[in-house]
Amino acid sequence: MKIGIVCPYDWDVPGGVQFHIRDLAEHLIGLGHEVSVLAPADDESGLPPYVVSAGRAVAVPYNGSVARLSFGILSAARVRRWLHDGNFDILHVHEPTSPSLSILAAWSATGPMVATFHTSNPRSRAMIAASPILQPGLEKIRARIAVSEYARRTLVEHLGGDAVVIPNGVDVSFFADALPDPRWTGATIGFIGRINEPRKGLPTLLAALPAILAARPDVRLLVAGKGDEEEAVAGLAPEVRARIEFLGMVSDEEKARLLRSVDLYVAPNTGGESFGIILVEAMSAAAPVLASDLDAFAQVLDGGRAGELFPVENADALAEAAIRLLGDPQRLAELRVAASRHVQRFDWKTVGTDILAVYETVADGAAGVHEDEQRISWRERLGLPRP
Amino acid sequence: MPPVTTWIWAAVAVVLFAVYLSWTAGRLDRLHARIDAARAGLDAQLLRRASVAQELATSTLLDPAASILLYQASHAARQADEEQREVAESELSQALRAVFAAPEQVEELRAAPGGEEALSDLTSAVRRVSMARRFHNDAVRAARAVRLHRLVRYFRLAGKAPFPLAFEMDDEPPAALNPQGSPA
Repeated sequence: MKIGIVCPYDWDVPGGVQFHIRDLAEHLIGLGHEVSVLAPADDESGLPPYVVSAGRAVAVPYNGSVARLSFGILSAARVRRWLHDGNFDILHVHEPTSPSLSILAAWSATGPMVATFHTSNPRSRAMIAASPILQPGLEKIRARIAVSEYARRTLVEHLGGDAVVIPNGVDVSFFADALPDPRWTGATIGFIGRINEPRKGLPTLLAALPAILAARPDVRLLVAGKGDEEEAVAGLAPEVRARIEFLGMVSDEEKARLLRSVDLYVAPNTGGESFGIILVEAMSAAAPVLASDLDAFAQVLDGGRAGELFPVENADALAEAAIRLLGDPQRLAELRVAASRHVQRFDWKTVGTDILAVYETVADGAAGVHEDEQRISWRERLGLPRP
Repeated sequence: MPPVTTWIWAAVAVVLFAVYLSWTAGRLDRLHARIDAARAGLDAQLLRRASVAQELATSTLLDPAASILLYQASHAARQADEEQREVAESELSQALRAVFAAPEQVEELRAAPGGEEALSDLTSAVRRVSMARRFHNDAVRAARAVRLHRLVRYFRLAGKAPFPLAFEMDDEPPAALNPQGSPA
């Protein structure tokens, strides 16, 4: 199958959507499919062979944060040329409601088209105003994929219609086969995420730490992620501080070894998560997980069967659960087994098969993707040259 | 008599309105084509599921009671006429759920020679039916939203195309068949 994938965000900046597209493309290429990814990128030399640059991304404020997107007349021309050269059997756009390459691709192509919705943003005012403009483009999408039941619900509320749920994939064996690191074993609690981003919830965990240490003085907290360490521990007593180790940014290999080593992985996030890939990675490494009960997390953890949940931002509940779990090796072992079993549904083998099933359902018997003729004929009718 | 410019503006407005109508008609046409494609896809997946179920029923991999039940349901689903289709397909879903209610049944089938293949065929066929149905009903909803528009009704832009109907059926997969599959 010839598959064209459109990534709306800057390829040079690491992010969840970019990683998902990279892994999907590599998985599909591994199965013998022909894949081309169109993404904004500044430097063409460092790109993997399957990525085509759509030009440089521009940093613009959008929906409350700064996004690096690519749009405008030059990008539209590149999208059309890529569609024309690619001659794809199927077009897979990601995040088609962001003002970027994805909506441009949906706008200028016709044929079997699949879209994946990653975020579960509340409906923005811009989207309501732009709805008459977006709708004709979105109507061409023949199959919608949401990454979680939570994302599907917001999608249905905002745009109507329906979507199939296919979670983000993880290479389970990469984490499961990593070797524990002796430096990080022995009564350790792990946390991975940006230190100064309050939504990642480190403050909640730090607030719970004194109570945990009072019950179990041998516990160490390992924090991996970038951010200001001094600022994070500013309000803590020196003896509590001494039990915290900051590891800074870690590589993928180190992350896998860390998750394999810890006795308990804590995800105290306070919101803004539509999926929770880090929990899936922790479960792949068979780490017992204790997470806040966000909708997305509860779903990833199978409603609490594959990992324990505590009320969001409740440090007392977090401390109580952590002390109970660390003092109960049998329960930890049960959680490890449950996590390893549950995480199989997030393995690329399962997820990739499902995504291919969507492609085949949509592309079966249909002609391939080509440029939207209606647009071209209009241009020609007005006597404009083809760009 | 109004000045010439008024006539020009009126003509421009009429032309723009006509262009908008023609564009909307094109959009609607594309939506109808999408429904047709989605419906053809759904038909193919439903047939595929019925064939897989029938194959399984005649394979002697299952016990005689389950075989008869499954054969009857898949035969009815394949032969059903348009009006009875949704009911017959739902009954096939129910029959599959009844046969594969117990995880032990799935394990026993997996252990039998050729059972592993039959199971993966069935799992994928069941999953694809629910995918194809969602895609079809999503297309129907999009077309309906445009067709209910006032201008589309007044100017009869939908032409003679019948009002699109969703395909309603029970496509809940057997619980034991999804030990590591994704949530529906």
